[in-house]
Amino acid sequence: MPIIAIQGLTMRFPRVTALDDLTVAVEPGVVGLVGANGAGKSTLIKILLGLQPPTAGTATVLGYDIARDGLRIRESVGFMPEYDCLPPDVSATEFVVHMARMCGLPPTAARERAADTLRHVGLYEERYRPIGGYSTGMRQRVKLAQALVHDPKLVFLDEPTNGLDPAGRDEMLDLIRRIGAEFGISVLVTSHLLGELERVCDHVVIIDGGRLLRSQAVEAYTAASGALTVEVDEGRDDLGRMLFDQGVSVRPEGRFLVIDIAGEKTYDLVRDGVAELGLRLVRMEQRRHHIEEVFQDGPPAPVPQQGAPR
Amino acid sequence: MSTSTIHDIGYRHYEGRRSGRGYVLRSLYVHNLRAAWGLGRPARAKVMPFLLAAIMLLPAAGSVAAFAFTGEEEALIPYSSYAVTLSVIISIFLATQAPVLASREIRFQVVPLYFSRPVGHLDFVLAKLGALATAAFALTAVPVSVLYFGGLVAKAPDSSQHLLDYLAGLVGCGLFALVLSAIAMPVAAFTPRRGLGVAAVIAVFMISTTVVAIVQEIAEARTNFTLQGWAGLFAPFNLVDIVQVRLLGAESSSAGVPSGTAAGLIALAICAALVAGSVAVLYRRFRKAGLS
Repeated sequence: MPIIAIQGLTMRFPRVTALDDLTVAVEPGVVGLVGANGAGKSTLIKILLGLQPPTAGTATVLGYDIARDGLRIRESVGFMPEYDCLPPDVSATEFVVHMARMCGLPPTAARERAADTLRHVGLYEERYRPIGGYSTGMRQRVKLAQALVHDPKLVFLDEPTNGLDPAGRDEMLDLIRRIGAEFGISVLVTSHLLGELERVCDHVVIIDGGRLLRSQAVEAYTAASGALTVEVDEGRDDLGRMLFDQGVSVRPEGRFLVIDIAGEKTYDLVRDGVAELGLRLVRMEQRRHHIEEVFQDGPPAPVPQQGAPR
Repeated sequence: MSTSTIHDIGYRHYEGRRSGRGYVLRSLYVHNLRAAWGLGRPARAKVMPFLLAAIMLLPAAGSVAAFAFTGEEEALIPYSSYAVTLSVIISIFLATQAPVLASREIRFQVVPLYFSRPVGHLDFVLAKLGALATAAFALTAVPVSVLYFGGLVAKAPDSSQHLLDYLAGLVGCGLFALVLSAIAMPVAAFTPRRGLGVAAVIAVFMISTTVVAIVQEIAEARTNFTLQGWAGLFAPFNLVDIVQVRLLGAESSSAGVPSGTAAGLIALAICAALVAGSVAVLYRRFRKAGLS
């Protein structure tokens, strides 16, 4: 059974159409929702939480209808907003305990779950200090903890890597992967960076201008492309010329050669060519598609717009 | 950072009880009540409410001491006039603490986190308004109780009458707390900056009280005592005092009070309308903040 099933969902605001007849179903696991800023990701989450009625269309989350069972949905999901949503003058512990109680957890359970969850997201001694003094990375962890503290079946993570440095980004992505794999909680994670989601998601849904652009498993985006990347220390052009003379389809790309694979023989030709010219072979690997390519052969790549509507 | 120890513990699912709406509402109320007194916050947040509470206690303590020393019953401040006499302190308390409950979570965008959980909009508003009213009630009821029990210990005469007055005084304190909170909360909720919120709430209380006092003085000078009395409906402290005088049998501590029980009922109806209106306004305000 899909955890999220969306049927013809449309959301119009006075000046913009945030979602336009969106139909998509999402299976359990870590699912990425990709779109440029203003593509309708945050609006979609608000509608799925049952907080904002859509202009048209229906959707179910965990089998509950968004129009009728909003309360049931909100009991079983967690939500991490994209914006800063933490009061500065309380400690992370105090805040997360409070948020656990808001989900109906009794006082003792709320304290235990808060301590556990904060440890899982990687906050230790600092959790007793007021949140106002936290770094962006720590704040993101607190936001994640409050979304997980009541042990939901599904979490909505809106741009969880926003504002993080590369190391913090890697840690956050690692956490998201663990939430799906170890914690057994389904995740809907949004981002405007496809490359990120490629690393953690089982399935990626791409929306653009409120419309569905593509929805498929990550492997389908990144399947082997039938091209070979070859990197040699020097003498790239010599190798290229030699392979070309032997009838191989080859083109330079940056420091590499990209070679179309015609069959087993292609590998042999590259090996023999490198050996014959006495070059140092650095790497030879089968090329994979990147999710980004969806935008290249789809409609024109969306230009990032300023500030998604709040 | 060593994260290896985390992996060993592993994630545990929560299989325990999840309580319903009543528990969430109660937790929310207690949380806000603690916030109103700065509990669970840095010491800085506790200074103002507790300082004001201490100031509120001083006249009561002084009054009891003076009575015990001199035996003059005049030295005991009437229970029902305590809040009116110290209206400035109560106004400051509401002005500094209403923004803590009403605008802090809007400013830091915490509100959506509540409504993405099983928390109802109306419950959210009632918990906040109830918490501020309770805090304000404690602020006035504690010194009034000090007066009563102090007088009891010091053997004030006519103890049965004192008990009745005291109970009526407590009802008055409750009404003061409810009406003043109902005015302070929406004002604070629409001024997201804390400093502005404090100023706005003070302004609403002070300006209304001052304008009504001026009107009443002019009316008195022209011997128009009807206008003098009814003008009191337009300032929160006078409004509740009218209810106290006309329905709870208190002695007037304001400049003028309209005569007749009907005046008390009208004042009470206005109080109820204020509270209901406040809930409606706050409901819309927080609903909007929840969608930001």
